[in-house]
Amino acid sequence: MKRTPPREPLPPFEHVVEQHGVAVLRLCRALVGSHDADDVWQETFLAALRAYAVMEPPANFEAWLVRIARNKAVDHLRAAGRRPVPVAILEYDDGELPGAQGSGAEEDVWDEVARLPEKQRKVIAYRYLGGLSYAQIAEVLGGSAAAARRASADGMANLRKSELTAGRTTA
Amino acid sequence: MTSIVEDALRVTMLKARLAMTAADSGDLDIAYRVIDSPVGPLLLAATESGLVRIAFACEGHDAVLEALGRRISPRILNAPERLDPAAEQLDAYFAGRRRSFDLPVDFSLSTEFRRRVQEQLPHIAYGRTATYKELAGLVGNPAAVRAVGTACATNPLPVVVPCHRVLRTDGGLGGYLGGLEAKTALLTLEGALDEEGRRA
Repeated sequence: MKRTPPREPLPPFEHVVEQHGVAVLRLCRALVGSHDADDVWQETFLAALRAYAVMEPPANFEAWLVRIARNKAVDHLRAAGRRPVPVAILEYDDGELPGAQGSGAEEDVWDEVARLPEKQRKVIAYRYLGGLSYAQIAEVLGGSAAAARRASADGMANLRKSELTAGRTTA
Repeated sequence: MTSIVEDALRVTMLKARLAMTAADSGDLDIAYRVIDSPVGPLLLAATESGLVRIAFACEGHDAVLEALGRRISPRILNAPERLDPAAEQLDAYFAGRRRSFDLPVDFSLSTEFRRRVQEQLPHIAYGRTATYKELAGLVGNPAAVRAVGTACATNPLPVVVPCHRVLRTDGGLGGYLGGLEAKTALLTLEGALDEEGRRA
């Protein structure tokens, strides 16, 4: 067991799971689908716990976890021999997406999110499921914060458009 | 559709699974749980070597966990399983069905002298008391009454390591980390104090 105290105090790992567990779970669902999300969540937090005794405290815990989750999701999809597409089963609504309010509409919205181009889909998943800022998304996906913001806006515009085509309003 | 409540419940379940995996793989340095007791909620924390800390609610359980993070390791999870034997023995003790504890303990929070004092404490029998002065004699340093007092006051494992059985030479209760009410309650449970709180 490691008995050397870290150079800077890290909060007990329990607090990290309490604070970020739900956001990471939603992110895992967005990245690998709800069927495999539990496993990727486990791998993410186990890897984080392993690193935890010896590391410097990250500037941003959530961005740190998102990076681990993303790597674990990629490993997972590679191992399963698939391309990362399976957002279709996403079933989450946090009420922030336009048109997502009101019962019944949520699953339709996530079906439509799943049909978005990859970059837009990921940015929207990170932003609305992971709760990340555009700067953090840029850190994870590469590119600039402005580009992430644009991809998110484009994705939102596409969602609104498909809702209109489907004869629903965003009111 | 998953609501925030369902997600939170799912995370609780996932966290329990994580704690078990991490304990098996040796990645969990400190497991803890909180139990109810007649002296209030008690935090129990254990390393792989044994019980390392018991804390009263008045110490602030969050503050105690943070201190453990600094002094031992921040790889800490609420993982009740490792504490099952301690919880069971404490329940039996508070129910009057157990008079001594048979648990692995980890004194790594104590300095050498304090540890020597703390290791003597279980030799004071259930229902009996000793004075700080007598205890100083037991560790072979009769003049170190004050240091012995400090060793009792910094006992990381109250109740299990019975520092509550040590009183002042004049019969006064002395101090207690969990408050004098808790010390009185434990001594009364053991029959060392009568109903009026006098030494029996």
